[in-house]
Amino acid sequence: MLIKRASDIRSSEITDKKLYLNRREFIRAATGTAAAVAAGIGGEAWLQAATPAPHGRKLENITKSTLSTQEKPNKWEEITTYNNYYEFGIDKDSPSMLARSLKPQPWTVMVDGECAKKGTMNLEDVLKGETLEERIYRHRCVEAWSMVIPWVGFPLANFVKKCEPTSKAKYIEFQTLNDAKQMPGLRSSVLRWPYVEGLRMDEAMHPLTILVVGLYDEVLPNQDGAPLRLAVPWKYGFKHIKSIVKVKFVEKPPLNTWQDQASNEYGFYANVNPTVDHPRWSQATERRIGEFLRRKTLMFNGYGDQVASLYSGMDLRKNY
Amino acid sequence: MTVRLLKVLVFVASLGPAAWLVWAIVTGNLSPNPLSDITNETGVWTLRFLCITLAITPLRKITAWNPLIRFRRMVGLFAFFYGTLHFLTYVIADRFAGLDFPDGMLAWSTARNLAKSVSEDIYKRPFITIGFTAWTTMVPLALTSTAGMIRRLGGRAWNRLHKLVYATATLGVVHYWWLVKADVSRPIAYGIVVAALLAFRLYYASRRAAFRAAAVTAR
Repeated sequence: MLIKRASDIRSSEITDKKLYLNRREFIRAATGTAAAVAAGIGGEAWLQAATPAPHGRKLENITKSTLSTQEKPNKWEEITTYNNYYEFGIDKDSPSMLARSLKPQPWTVMVDGECAKKGTMNLEDVLKGETLEERIYRHRCVEAWSMVIPWVGFPLANFVKKCEPTSKAKYIEFQTLNDAKQMPGLRSSVLRWPYVEGLRMDEAMHPLTILVVGLYDEVLPNQDGAPLRLAVPWKYGFKHIKSIVKVKFVEKPPLNTWQDQASNEYGFYANVNPTVDHPRWSQATERRIGEFLRRKTLMFNGYGDQVASLYSGMDLRKNY
Repeated sequence: MTVRLLKVLVFVASLGPAAWLVWAIVTGNLSPNPLSDITNETGVWTLRFLCITLAITPLRKITAWNPLIRFRRMVGLFAFFYGTLHFLTYVIADRFAGLDFPDGMLAWSTARNLAKSVSEDIYKRPFITIGFTAWTTMVPLALTSTAGMIRRLGGRAWNRLHKLVYATATLGVVHYWWLVKADVSRPIAYGIVVAALLAFRLYYASRRAAFRAAAVTAR
């Protein structure tokens, strides 16, 4: 029987300590990658558990508006389970499941920049003196789907006047809440947080532009941007910033989040325009949620009569 | 358990995703945009079945359980099945639904316009071009999947042809990558799996080559 003595193990056969430590590192890294892969592949929620928003407090004294469309509004279930709100996850149904952790009350809005009334405003002060109106608007997402939504709100112009902007205020920058405790999606770096949007002053002052506080005569559900969001119906959905905590009057056009993410695909203006395609898909038609056949997308989402003059002389192919 | 019985079980399980989709459509368990759900689900299942298909040979080599090879054709054909459903969903929900119907829906002009709309879209949009190419590469593989075709082609030529599936999987990942808006973590995950499965083949090929070289020098 051959019994090997220690000297039979040549020093060249002994694994260097650095190498075996590296190997552990490698295994750890590989396990980490495998876990990430598993999460990525299993992450697609494939048994849906979307939950329509519970019905909220009824809003009082809402007036009808002549600016509303006559089209049939989408259902509550549709408007509250099909949301793009990346602060609550990237899937359409994830805000309906995760937005419960948002606390829309109490809420403050910080007013800053080129204006006389800088400071923090309670939501109650933002609403003081406002008559709430029902505004049934067409809503067109940049992803080529659309809905008709009975918003409740008031003109953004009223709020702007309260802030007394100076002559230097050419644009308004809006910011969404940036609190990972309330918004689990913020832990993912899918976008650069906080979410930022902006409007040119004349766009902000346009009578169609509203601050929204309600849906279907009720308090706005969390997944739709409670307690305060923007609606600019002639622009793609991503301009309609949700859960606003900051309004800043500025001289230069703000860098909005999606432009920051991919400036070749998303611009500052983001006006609905069937003749200017997204680089990866057509904007000529849209699917109205609940319908099978696609509709032709209308210039400025059908609000051209009211807003086209804002952009006269501008090259809309360049200023997408 | 015999391989034959196992094959029946795998077949039934592979129909699961399709059965679930049909059930969800019928009972209204999809999102408010069901056509988009169907497109996404069939697409993702195509990628999953491609990954399973590509995993069979490495698994067989690692486990030395040779009967595994008898499942490969079936899972490969399921990849083609889900890929075809995915393509048809796109043709119907995206292209057909976006047409004008000047002579009504059931008219020759509808067929013409649909063909035009599909071909223009494939030509114009890179991620559609890639996706369509990926599906196209599966067609000859499905057509030559029968025992008769393997015999007619000869094992060698058949093997060479079926390496096309590497292209299918790679193009599939690129197609997925290009269509997402911001979060690429899911396409990355599939990319890593496909890359690992292809790397295994490279590693084996290089070992075989080294073995052959060694055998030649030994002679």
